[in-house]
Amino acid sequence: MSDFLSTLIGSPVAKRVGVPQPTRLRRYEPGTPLCDSPVLVAGEGRFAASLSESLRAAGLVTVGSVEEAIDTIGAVVLDLSSATDPEDLDALRVLGAPAVKRLRTNGRVVVIGTDPATLTDVTEVATQRALEGVVRSLGKELRRGATANLVLARGDASAGAWSAVGFFLSGRSAYVDGQVVRVDAGAGVDDDPVKPLDGRVAVVTGAARGIGADIARVLARDGATVVAVDVPSAGDALARVANEVGGTALQLDVTAPDTGTRIVEHAVSRHGGLDIVVHNAGITRDKLFVNMDEARWSSVIDVNLRSILRMNEALLGEGALSEGGRIVCVASIAGIAGNRGQTNYGASKAGVIGLVTALADQVRDRGITVNAVAPGFIETEMTARIPFATREIGRRMNSLQQGGKPKDVAEAIAWLSQPGAAAVTGQVLRVCGQSLLGA
Amino acid sequence: MASQPRPRAPRRAAVLGGNRIPFARANGPYAKASNQDMLTAAVDGLVARFGLAGERLGEVVAGAVLKHSRDFNLTRETVLGTRLDPRTPAYDVQQACGTGLEAAILVANKIALGQIDAGIAGGVDSASDAPIAVSEGLRQTMLAANRAKTPAQRAKALAGLRPGHFVPSVPENLEPRTGLSMGEHMALTAAQWGVIREAQDELAAASHRNLASAWDRGFFDDLVTPYLGVTKDTNLRPDSTVEKLSTLKPVFGRGEGATMTAGNSTPLTDGASAVLLASEEWAAEHRLTPLAWLVDAETAAVDYVHGDEGLLMAPVYAVPRLLARNGLTLQDFDLYEIHEAFAATVLTTLKAWEDPDFCRERLGLDAPLGAIDRARLNVNGSSLAAGHPFAATGGRIVASLAKQLKDNGGGRGLISICAAGGQGVVAILEA
Ligand SMILES: NC(=O)c1ccc[n+]([C@@H]2O[C@H](COP(=O)([O-])OP(=O)(O)OC[C@H]3O[C@@H](n4cnc5c(N)ncnc54)[C@H](O)[C@@H]3O)[C@@H](O)[C@H]2O)c1
Repeated sequence: MSDFLSTLIGSPVAKRVGVPQPTRLRRYEPGTPLCDSPVLVAGEGRFAASLSESLRAAGLVTVGSVEEAIDTIGAVVLDLSSATDPEDLDALRVLGAPAVKRLRTNGRVVVIGTDPATLTDVTEVATQRALEGVVRSLGKELRRGATANLVLARGDASAGAWSAVGFFLSGRSAYVDGQVVRVDAGAGVDDDPVKPLDGRVAVVTGAARGIGADIARVLARDGATVVAVDVPSAGDALARVANEVGGTALQLDVTAPDTGTRIVEHAVSRHGGLDIVVHNAGITRDKLFVNMDEARWSSVIDVNLRSILRMNEALLGEGALSEGGRIVCVASIAGIAGNRGQTNYGASKAGVIGLVTALADQVRDRGITVNAVAPGFIETEMTARIPFATREIGRRMNSLQQGGKPKDVAEAIAWLSQPGAAAVTGQVLRVCGQSLLGA
Repeated sequence: MASQPRPRAPRRAAVLGGNRIPFARANGPYAKASNQDMLTAAVDGLVARFGLAGERLGEVVAGAVLKHSRDFNLTRETVLGTRLDPRTPAYDVQQACGTGLEAAILVANKIALGQIDAGIAGGVDSASDAPIAVSEGLRQTMLAANRAKTPAQRAKALAGLRPGHFVPSVPENLEPRTGLSMGEHMALTAAQWGVIREAQDELAAASHRNLASAWDRGFFDDLVTPYLGVTKDTNLRPDSTVEKLSTLKPVFGRGEGATMTAGNSTPLTDGASAVLLASEEWAAEHRLTPLAWLVDAETAAVDYVHGDEGLLMAPVYAVPRLLARNGLTLQDFDLYEIHEAFAATVLTTLKAWEDPDFCRERLGLDAPLGAIDRARLNVNGSSLAAGHPFAATGGRIVASLAKQLKDNGGGRGLISICAAGGQGVVAILEA
């Protein structure tokens, strides 16, 4: 019944009677350009010149002003990293507004700033912090699948800025909107832009279905050898995923005490090492706080949080995760904004965010990055079970006015797993279409 | 000097691992699955476990006991439906319940001879989706009609049809030459050897207990892949006890001496299994660690039709020959896997090896083979608990035994499987 209704809403009839139709988002396909040309690169910041260069090297046409563009504009990159006074902010409006007016469907606005946390002067901090307000508001104004995001640099190194800008321009970030990513001096190179994960060994937990299955697919597409982990009872679906991506299936419960060790053993003995770990396995056991029983509480904490802490000990042990390795956890906007009936789940996912920020500092010297993605409403079996009306609200309460796809979460994870994303660590990247929840 | 082709020294064949689907009692969850469906699932699970997608293997060898005529090329058709490279050759074998183990021996032998580097041995059976044939009368009439050249001849041929011709013939578990079911045969042997009911029920209870504890400790996590929503062998009764088993009525044998019940005999079962075997070099190239080596094997047959030997006694003959060839005694093993066709089969086998007269007169031995340490027997359960999809049992046993030997840090294991037609297949694994 509910499926019938959802079909109806997306039908030509619905279109004519005025139900707003979400734009079909531009999603990444290997071998296609990062985004449409031309890309307007403007601003006085310290990255504009090198970004223009990188964009041209990637085969895009860049322009320095709207007037240079004949027709529409594919993307706008505004470097405000040198803005020190509120007065400087007007450049955003002057340079950006005419371009945004001509922005194509699924266009992009990326603003570059300086991380206020690296500044001391109050005026400068205020000025740079203001960029966040611009981007978050602009995200809500943009239509037809266009997004606005902010990259905050922690220094002068441009490698990280380029990696983040590239992500935001590309279809990889289709469902990432109104977000902020901080980049530090960490530098890495993607040798092969089409297969940036070539030669890497990745472990994905909860890979039998849903988001995890797509993470496995996307990592494999980008060149990684994938070890797909899920509970033994999901083994048949897991085998299908592993075979589809040409990886191996490892039937393990993430809550078992020796799972971390067994993952390391498998990855090292069978694939010669371990470079990427994606902690995706997760469960929900919703109940209002006052009715929450012990089993619901502890199973959610155990699967979603405790297991990651426990596995990481082995994964970060000697001879396990390689130097320059990547850990990506799947959190949730419920861990940021909270959700009725999800005190247990919210606790576990907020805990994951805490874990990521703390661990990132500890392993920084090994070149290992630790990040989280926080999905919003993603169309999976899990969300398909939500009653129709609630689901319909959930999927539309965001700037892109639609639910995301498992692939969108996977693309963000695949980006964070790239060698080139070395400058991004300790961050929580929301893949939520700029959900109104916890905004 | 012209180069002479040099004979190659045989090399060791490794068991790298296995996969099966959970076994399910007939007419249950797999009732609508075909042999090809189940074997495909077992092989694809193995492919996933070992990362073999797109890999061209030397050979896939498998078979089924109950087989539709349309499945004449069952294993090759299965391969084409799996994620293996479609250029992987395959063939079918059939040696009744010995099929699965025989398939493993064949693959191992080709590896040993250097003819292939890696292969999969498997087996499958569906007692639910069994082939049903038309009656012989109907078949003859139809063939005659088919041969007819004129409509009149055809009409004449078809006029010979009788209502009775339309009763289909369902395959039965009967020995063609004696008309007795396997259970009836076993009952005769059990009575002859004085195998008592309690001992059979104890063996059955132990089988359930051992299989249940193997499941509980995750032993099958890398040996089984769920299928059609089934995640565990459906015949398993973890709470099975001798007391409960003792209440069941005998189903084979007659009167006082009838000891064989549904509880101490294997049920009709659906299932499939597959085992990956390879040379040491292939394993190393693929970064796989051998679990065990398939060292040697032997088959035997008994004349249960004219002679006075029991139908399922052939392994009793095969084992001493295998031991002699390898310079071993029956006690030189850390683990024993004796297929539980019936509890009575295992018990008569053990009794026969302990019996000085039998060993002298029938096996031509100076001394009996002697007793084994029963704590080393079927330690992870066997067919009484897991069920017995005929051709799939060999693969189940080979993979489980190889893994257990590896887990033990090494050792030697003996496999003994009896088969219809008075045959037996036995093998040695070493880790
Ligand atoms: N779907 C959404 O909208 C959404 C939103 C926010 C966050 N998430 C998070 O994304 C992740 C994936 O969610 P999904 O929607 O794909 O869910 P899903 O239920 O479809 O898939 C989760 C997978 O994890 C596996 N799993 C569960 N417990 C496990 C354990 N103990 N050991 C190993 N594997 C286990 C399951 O078997 C399943 O295959 C979860 O962490 C979830 O909390 C999802």
